[in-house]
Amino acid sequence: MTAAASAPLIALAGIERVFRLGDSEVHALRRVDIDIAAGEYVAIMGPSGSGKSTLLNLLGLLDRPDAGTYRLAGRDVTTLSADEQARVRSERIGFVFQSFHLVPRLSAAENIALPMTLAGIAPAERAARVAQALRDYGLENRADHRPDQLSGGQRQRVAIARATIMQPAVILADEPTGNLDRATGDEVVRLLETLNAQGVTLIVVTHDAALGGRARRQLRMEDGSLQHDSARA
Amino acid sequence: MRLPDLIRFARDAAGGAPLRTGLLVLAMSIGVAAVVILTALGDGARRYVMNEFSSLGSNLVIVLPGRSQTGGFNPGNAVTSTPRDLTIADAQALLRAPAVRRLAPLVVGTSEISFGGRLRQVMVAGTTAEYIEVRSLKLAQGRFLAHGDWGRGVAEAVIGARIRDELFGVEPALGRLVRIGDRRFRVVGVMAASGQGLGMNTDELVIVPAALAQAMFNTNTLFRILVEATGREAIEPAKRQIAEIVRLRHDGEEDVTVITQDAVLATFDRLLGTLTLGVAGIAAISLAVAGILVMNVMLVSVTQRTAEIGLLKALGASAGTIRTAFLAEAAMLSLAGALLGYGLGQAGAAIIRQLYPAFPAWPPDWAVIAGLATALLTGILFGVLPARRAARLDPVQALSRR
Ligand SMILES: Nc1ncnc2c1ncn2[C@@H]1O[C@H](COP(=O)(O)OP(=O)(O)OP(=O)(O)O)[C@@H](O)[C@H]1O
Ligand SMILES: [Mg+2]
Repeated sequence: MTAAASAPLIALAGIERVFRLGDSEVHALRRVDIDIAAGEYVAIMGPSGSGKSTLLNLLGLLDRPDAGTYRLAGRDVTTLSADEQARVRSERIGFVFQSFHLVPRLSAAENIALPMTLAGIAPAERAARVAQALRDYGLENRADHRPDQLSGGQRQRVAIARATIMQPAVILADEPTGNLDRATGDEVVRLLETLNAQGVTLIVVTHDAALGGRARRQLRMEDGSLQHDSARA
Repeated sequence: MRLPDLIRFARDAAGGAPLRTGLLVLAMSIGVAAVVILTALGDGARRYVMNEFSSLGSNLVIVLPGRSQTGGFNPGNAVTSTPRDLTIADAQALLRAPAVRRLAPLVVGTSEISFGGRLRQVMVAGTTAEYIEVRSLKLAQGRFLAHGDWGRGVAEAVIGARIRDELFGVEPALGRLVRIGDRRFRVVGVMAASGQGLGMNTDELVIVPAALAQAMFNTNTLFRILVEATGREAIEPAKRQIAEIVRLRHDGEEDVTVITQDAVLATFDRLLGTLTLGVAGIAAISLAVAGILVMNVMLVSVTQRTAEIGLLKALGASAGTIRTAFLAEAAMLSLAGALLGYGLGQAGAAIIRQLYPAFPAWPPDWAVIAGLATALLTGILFGVLPARRAARLDPVQALSRR
């Protein structure tokens, strides 16, 4: 392992996540240790039920581990209050979901602006940034369309625009191409990779070996444990 | 979240489920409209009665036979059995009281009036020439009863406007002979149409000399003596003097009740004010029902928008922001319902006023303000539980739901 000059952006140490369903316990994550530096492109792979989504949710502060620490940019975020975690999500993390998760009643532009609206950013600034994003993602003439008037690829582009609009340090994508055909999926992946090339840390969960292979680093999960880390191989 | 964004967000969310939103606004508006219309009716009744009594005449003191125990006016014992007749002579004796300006005895009964083959039931009031002044009434045609001996009376009648129309139509009424009961009277005057009137509407009244009315109804006693005091400050002295004179004439027995218009007004004011309040309370129950509906609708909304709430959390919304957004939505729906209901209620009251011009169906300000405030408050209060439930949702589970 090469000695990192600076502290990693993400440092997970001894992370455990146990779901209790009545009497039975499901160890979704067991003693997971991962360091991810700023600007990395990481694919998380593994069979269904191996804990990939659980890991991603923890990284996105949507869930708390039962044990272990998570340091984001040197700061222990596991002990933060719910409101402080919301702040961190707002400022540092962008999510891209398999099923897009756009708000159906809002237009494409409004969906893209949503994180800024929630954060209370001034309307003028919002409008400027949304206009830029619409141009960047080729959605200029779709601004006023609602999600049900968009194709799957367009929806995922809106979702990516929304994930990046707050200029987060990390983008977490859970099966971002799972609901798309191959051509559109490739297009979406290229968009994400462009973001990574601009310095955004990109973490993608995928079943698709080809897609996983494009990442510079692969993590392989099995039964809640980290089985293989291409950076440590 | 900025306030304008919050409002737009809540509005869009409400607009996204038009049926749900419409039902809720409707329920809330019905509640508020009920408050506005019912209190308009209640307060209208109060004002109507107040008006009527005020128009009875000024500085009025009313003497009625029979003793009322409470001393105050009570509609229940206004008609009591009479131990001793209150006679025309008693009435005349009251003129000796220095605080009395004038007075008119009143005998009341129903009879039939007929002219030229037309016949109808009428209320007959037997009184004297002073009646028109004591009650501040107006004549349309002719003259009122002639002054003269109260114990006799000439067979003359003054008829109400409505009676005139029904009996004579376009023909002149003055000077005609009509039959009332089994006596013939000459019509000497027609009262001006009042359009309204409490108890004794002069429009459908036939006024004859008191002595003749007593003979017609075979009675010696009076229904009332209407006394006009010399001034406002003379009302209380007049009351005392009247009671004293009657007591002396009735062998020391206080067997009449003397009431003042103020006492009557105060009692009716209290009575009808309480009625309005009660009616407002009943209407407020419909607001509480609307509040419970708000809660259910918002709970359904939270359930249906679970995935959206999870998303908002993932995008950085704090629990507080989500709580505020849902509360804002509940408050906006309640406000919309309240305003709509206010409009409906005012329109309803206006229609009532249109249909019954004599009835002042104006909702009182306090009721309108209380109605609107209750609507908003219940809306927000019942919105708290759903809003908190939304804010507490686990984002991971919320997102996994579709
Ligand atoms: N909320 C929960 N309650 C109980 N068990 C859960 C919960 N969430 C996840 N699990 C369990 O934890 C394990 C890991 O789930 P996870 O969703 O992380 O798998 P995954 O690797 O993302 O699978 P997939 O590829 O199918 O999406 C599974 O056995 C799952 O059943
Ligand atoms: Mg998964």
